Amino acid sequence: MPERSAVVVGGNRIPFAKAGTKYAAASSGDMLTAALDGLVARFGLAGQQVGEVAAGAVLKHTRDFNLTREAVLGSALDPHTPACDLQQACGTGLETVIYVANKIRLGQADTGIAGGVDSASDAPIVVSEGLRRALLRASRSKTLLERLKSFASLHPTDLAPVPPGVVEPRTGLSMGESQALTTAEYGLTREAADELALASHRNLARAWDAGFFDDLVTPYLGVTRDTLLRPDTSAEALAKLKPVFGGENGTMTAGNSTALTDGAAVVLLAEEEWARERHWPVLARVVDAQVAATDYVTGNEGLLIAGARAIPVLLERNGLTLADFDLVEIHEAFASTVLATLAQLEADGHGTVDRARLNVNGSSLAAGHPFAATGGRIVATLAKLLAERGPGSRGLISICAAGGQAVTAILEAV
Amino acid sequence: MNVLESLYGTPLGKKAAARLGLAEPPVLRRGRELPRGEIVLATLPGGGVAAEALALLGLSPIDPLLDLPERRTTDDRGRPQPPRYERRPGAVVIDATGVREIAQLEGLRQVLRPAMKGLEASGRVILLATDAADVSDVEAKAVAQAFDGINRTVSKELRGGSTANLVFVRAGTPASDLCSTLSFLLEGRSAFVAGQTWRVGPAKAGDAAGAEYDPARPFTGRIVVVTGAARGIGAEIARTFARDGAAVVAVDVPAAGDALAGVANAVRGSALQLDITVPDAAERIAAHVATVHGPQAKIWAVIHNAGITRDKLLANLDEGRWASVLEVNLAAEMRMNPTLLDPDLPGGLGEQARIVGIASTSGWAGNKGQTNYAASKAGVMGLTWAESAELPDRPVTANAVAPGFIETEMTAAIPFVQREVFRRTNALGQGGRPVDVAETIAYLADPASGGVDGQVVRVCGHNLIGA
Repeated sequence: MPERSAVVVGGNRIPFAKAGTKYAAASSGDMLTAALDGLVARFGLAGQQVGEVAAGAVLKHTRDFNLTREAVLGSALDPHTPACDLQQACGTGLETVIYVANKIRLGQADTGIAGGVDSASDAPIVVSEGLRRALLRASRSKTLLERLKSFASLHPTDLAPVPPGVVEPRTGLSMGESQALTTAEYGLTREAADELALASHRNLARAWDAGFFDDLVTPYLGVTRDTLLRPDTSAEALAKLKPVFGGENGTMTAGNSTALTDGAAVVLLAEEEWARERHWPVLARVVDAQVAATDYVTGNEGLLIAGARAIPVLLERNGLTLADFDLVEIHEAFASTVLATLAQLEADGHGTVDRARLNVNGSSLAAGHPFAATGGRIVATLAKLLAERGPGSRGLISICAAGGQAVTAILEAV
Repeated sequence: MNVLESLYGTPLGKKAAARLGLAEPPVLRRGRELPRGEIVLATLPGGGVAAEALALLGLSPIDPLLDLPERRTTDDRGRPQPPRYERRPGAVVIDATGVREIAQLEGLRQVLRPAMKGLEASGRVILLATDAADVSDVEAKAVAQAFDGINRTVSKELRGGSTANLVFVRAGTPASDLCSTLSFLLEGRSAFVAGQTWRVGPAKAGDAAGAEYDPARPFTGRIVVVTGAARGIGAEIARTFARDGAAVVAVDVPAAGDALAGVANAVRGSALQLDITVPDAAERIAAHVATVHGPQAKIWAVIHNAGITRDKLLANLDEGRWASVLEVNLAAEMRMNPTLLDPDLPGGLGEQARIVGIASTSGWAGNKGQTNYAASKAGVMGLTWAESAELPDRPVTANAVAPGFIETEMTAAIPFVQREVFRRTNALGQGGRPVDVAETIAYLADPASGGVDGQVVRVCGHNLIGA
């Protein structure tokens, strides 16, 4: 079989919205379907079959066990299009791109759609462990008496609903609390974090104004732009915000941490020759990918800086250095996540990243971060940017994820 | 919906309205439906092209009844009555292309009188005559104009959703170039076109429908670009072209992208989020066509439907509202056409192609509070005529439709009483539907409509304003 390569053809997302606002009544399935339908319309794929659709969500209802396939069936795609759900925390979106790209390279598919969705508004709320066990016992009971007995052990507090936890099960720390430890360890300043946040907003606003997202975003429920974006924010405004993590003297604020967000994003991939024969845009090739994890549980490493482990492996395998990348996309879970990752890379002798090449059209601080949708947003944005720069332009993506992991990848314009 | 409008919708309200002379309007025959009754053909001396065209369409017309004194009967009150058709005919086609003298107009009267109350619902009167430009003597020119008066009046006198229209057939027009027009006028597609006059001539060299042409699905294998396609009339245009076989490229502003995607996916077309006022709008449309359909693909027709209103009385009208309406409704279209017509542009208009603009009866008659809009829409007519004249040697036609009162989200915002007045003040006593505009556009863009060029066809139910 001749060598096959997987390329990014295009992408689509719905504007990202602050949780509990415009998309509060939309389910993950609704949003993923809307993102898919916008992509289908852009490429005239209605009624056509795609090799496979892979997507996922971090916050998932049990009823969404087949989220992606259901979204495909609700979309304008041919119902013969297969689909599966993947989950890799905040790395889900990028992981689906890697999954689909690998299938394409192996000849198991010619085309595919990768992506993700998350609704922090429509997060599943579960019953307490006590009530859950009681209900299961009751369902196994054969007599009324047994059934009533099942509930005898219930405590009133068991009746309170349990909202989804965003804490690491092994440390009991939230993302922000974990990152605050890293921030302190690396001695990252409030000013540096705010500067990164400000750049994110300015860059994203400029891209929107320039029409960059005209062929990457389809409006949804009356929302036409990312609602967390504050084009008019300033260093002064950011400096006024009170710390939310790291105590009174902490440097992490609502301004330099991502907010809970709703949204969905998808990417259309195809085998390079297949795409060229059909005159589809060939934006960028998916060159390579690497996942890594840190030993965060012992406290020896930061929770969200596994990118500093994955990137060197990628560089080594591809004979590249950080300086070989025209553009770098490091997911802004927190401004200090980006700064810590860069600091660790530099400490490990990999040099630094020119800020003029970093998140040039904004990232999660300005766009928001619907967990599993972030990968699709970044891949589509970077692929278009690289295509604009011309063949040979190279881009690096790093997305940190829960569990001390990070998913990274290299794209190259062809 | 206000109180008055709610009342109007109740059975009691309907009764009261009927008392006031506001009867329920007739339900119009729509779609690719021929009349159920017979088609009557009257060929007046010197005519013949209509008979040929009807034969090409596979239709077998019957002879007309003539209102001659000896054929009249008397009713029970002793009044003379014209002869009556045994079964109500569906259409009366009068081929008056040979009529040159005032005395010969009596022939039209004889055919029309028995038809006026004798047609089935949604019947048709179709007059074919020779254009004044193609006749030489004074009497013939006067007669040519007389047809216009006859047509407009017949249109107003007909009932039950029936329409009358006049087609001026230019000298040398073969019957084959008349077929698409006759078919459109006979079928339900022309439901809301009434009291209108337009011209059909010989198609330009190279403007034939082609061997694969299927009149039932005339756009099979052809790409049609529709701007402003996210909702209302534009969405209906997309659906109508898709029904007739076209691969639709639906264009609308990025902010309307979700509705646009819905329309594009529903018709299995593609969507392009684009503000048509950007300088490279035409290039981006062509690039999209080349991406979705390949670099060899060419656009068959572009339908410049995108339009906005920014209504204000001129006394209150600022430069912003003035400029935006002219920019979107007129200037953008004018800029795009020459680029799309460039034969070297991949994904541009084909060598043979159709351009259709959207004018408005506001552009014709004026409308209070719409100076900017009327300017833009009258401008579209001027643009259509000029573009048509600029392309004498290329098989491209440029035409426009001018919608009157059409029931859309936009017109639903007009206050109820005013809206009801708009609805009622036309010969059909009702508002048109978006599909009526779409059908007319599809007729103008039909591969067999090469003989229809530089025309503005009103879709207004024969509106009394500006008639």
